[in-house]
Amino acid sequence: MAVPSYAGPLERTWYYTFRFLCAAIFIFLIAPILVIVPLSFNAEPYFSFTQGMLTLDPDAYSLRWYEEFLTSDRWLESIKNSVIIAFFSTILSAALGTLAALGLNRSELPFKGVIMGLLISPMIVPLIIAAAGMFFFYSKLGIAQSYIGLILAHTALGTPFVVITVTATLSGFDHTLIKAGASLGATPTYTFFKVTMPLIMTGVISGALFAMMTSFDEVIVAIFIAGVEQRTIPLQMWSGIREQISPTILAVATILITFSIIMLSTVEILRRRSDRIRGIS
Amino acid sequence: MSISVEANKGELAPEEQKRLKADLHRSLRRNKIRASMLVAPLVIFIIVTFVAPIGNMLYRSVDDPLVSDFMPQTTAALEGWDEQQLPDEAIYAALAQDIIEGRKAKTIGKAAKRLNYEKSGMRSLIMGTSRKHKKIQAPYKESLVDIKKGWGDLDNWKVIKRLGASVTASYYINAFDMETSPEGEVSFVDPKEQIYLKLFWRTIWMSMLITGMTVLLGYPVSYLLASLPMKTANVLMILVLLPFWTSLLVRTSSWIAMLQAQGILNDLLVWFGIIADEARIQMIYNAIGTVVAMTHILLPFMILPLYSVMKTVPPSYLRAARSLGATPWTAFWQVYLPQTVPGISAGAILVFILSIGYYITPALVGGQSGQFIGNLIAYHMQGSLNWGLAAALGVMLLVLVLGIYGVYNRVVGTNSVKLG
Repeated sequence: MAVPSYAGPLERTWYYTFRFLCAAIFIFLIAPILVIVPLSFNAEPYFSFTQGMLTLDPDAYSLRWYEEFLTSDRWLESIKNSVIIAFFSTILSAALGTLAALGLNRSELPFKGVIMGLLISPMIVPLIIAAAGMFFFYSKLGIAQSYIGLILAHTALGTPFVVITVTATLSGFDHTLIKAGASLGATPTYTFFKVTMPLIMTGVISGALFAMMTSFDEVIVAIFIAGVEQRTIPLQMWSGIREQISPTILAVATILITFSIIMLSTVEILRRRSDRIRGIS
Repeated sequence: MSISVEANKGELAPEEQKRLKADLHRSLRRNKIRASMLVAPLVIFIIVTFVAPIGNMLYRSVDDPLVSDFMPQTTAALEGWDEQQLPDEAIYAALAQDIIEGRKAKTIGKAAKRLNYEKSGMRSLIMGTSRKHKKIQAPYKESLVDIKKGWGDLDNWKVIKRLGASVTASYYINAFDMETSPEGEVSFVDPKEQIYLKLFWRTIWMSMLITGMTVLLGYPVSYLLASLPMKTANVLMILVLLPFWTSLLVRTSSWIAMLQAQGILNDLLVWFGIIADEARIQMIYNAIGTVVAMTHILLPFMILPLYSVMKTVPPSYLRAARSLGATPWTAFWQVYLPQTVPGISAGAILVFILSIGYYITPALVGGQSGQFIGNLIAYHMQGSLNWGLAAALGVMLLVLVLGIYGVYNRVVGTNSVKLG
């Protein structure tokens, strides 16, 4: 989008103003993330840049908040909990979601619209409502304040992502491949693992990553149904921000940002690969 | 398949036709069952872990067993009472029994607390009587009124009778900022004392503001991304996707670092001499903080659908408009904008739905004036423990969101929900 040669001075001015405007919005988008990383190396227990940091004095920077993070039992415990809960809920969401997406892709399925609406609902219903409902219901079942309760809740919240990504991958799926497999004597299970699975794998993995991020980042349901034993990283951050605000949170945040960059790159690579396989780009 | 049956009609014997038809039906049914079997596990899972809890909450918003459970004899005796004059001795005797037994079982407090939500003073009336339980004796009417004058008040009895029913609209009446007079008439409270409706309006209003902000900021950026060459656009897209993938709590806490009085933005303003050091602007722990942080958090949800719609608008249309003599503004307003309206509406409804149910960000950066209805639901869940009211407010919010989602579905369709 360059300035066309016939553009008058007014249009030229507008063109540069527009570029400037967009640059400002991009800065708005990325600034909070850029600000947090240097602040997490602050030697002082403040949330702002000190004089020393601005003059790049090495003494003003330190790793003390990272040390605090890695030596605190509460934080380490929360990492363990988050990993356990995210691991199981991701696997469950991926398995249930993929199966459902395969069924939704079949034209014979009755009540498709209703079923799709139902399966997407955990994404639509405000989390506070889901959390309140789960608190009552899971307490009644006796699985509140337990790993099982949190894993089930996070699985429910993660499945819509798997359903959506796998359905999207399947939309370009060539069904004659399955018939070809069958005509060559393969059993349905064999065809599934040898033909279908490799082709939809990218969708499954990116859906699973979305589900994992959902579980890893979820705090509202955790506030309501996690017990003291099940404190997750977001829950620990939540109480940290509310009670005693310390830059340890910024250190955790920086680690989480690194984590999301890895996730983002993985999903992006998978998406390109899937597009290539389906011949879109 | 049905076509081949039709085509062969002439050559097949009737019983053969019948058999073929039955076969076809059977195979169709088998396929239907197979497809349903694939979907069934998740459908059941979602119903048990997600829909049932919400249904349970729905029930809880009208379920009110405390008074009838913990004052069973009184509520049973009050059923035949005509509400015209003070109850007779038998009902007073039932009340005395309930208070004495409830005191032993330590349950009378729960009923008292529930009654107090409806009419203040009820708690002290019941608990005060229970504390003086030794003085309770026949004739009960006289002795109870003697202990607490409130037992001679017709209105108190009406409240007990009304709450004795185990299904109640009282939480909804409360949630709509209405009150029930002792005569059972429902009316709105004084507008100055409104809490919930006011908060609903504020939530809707602020969500609209946030949606408007995301349109305003998202539109130019999406346009730029859609018109740049693919390579550059993909690089810039990272700036949109990275915040999208970053933890909500991380982004909220970085807005605290940016906006607080000793924060970066204020430091910059002071440093540039725009404001004096003692005149630092309060940008957080109020409505401004909520709007800024939530606009940032929800902006990617606007940019992504807008971008995908703008990608489909051929740039030649704009050039054609220009070559036909349109000014840049006319070309944009008459040709480009109308074609991007589906993207705007998809993004706007998505952002609005997400925004209206927010809880975490307003709780952390909203202070008093930036609270949403979600915060009040959380407060009644965890602070005041008035779970029935929390459930009623939750159901109201749910109806609102589902209504908007219905519109969204009409406009966009579920199948076009895309990620990343």
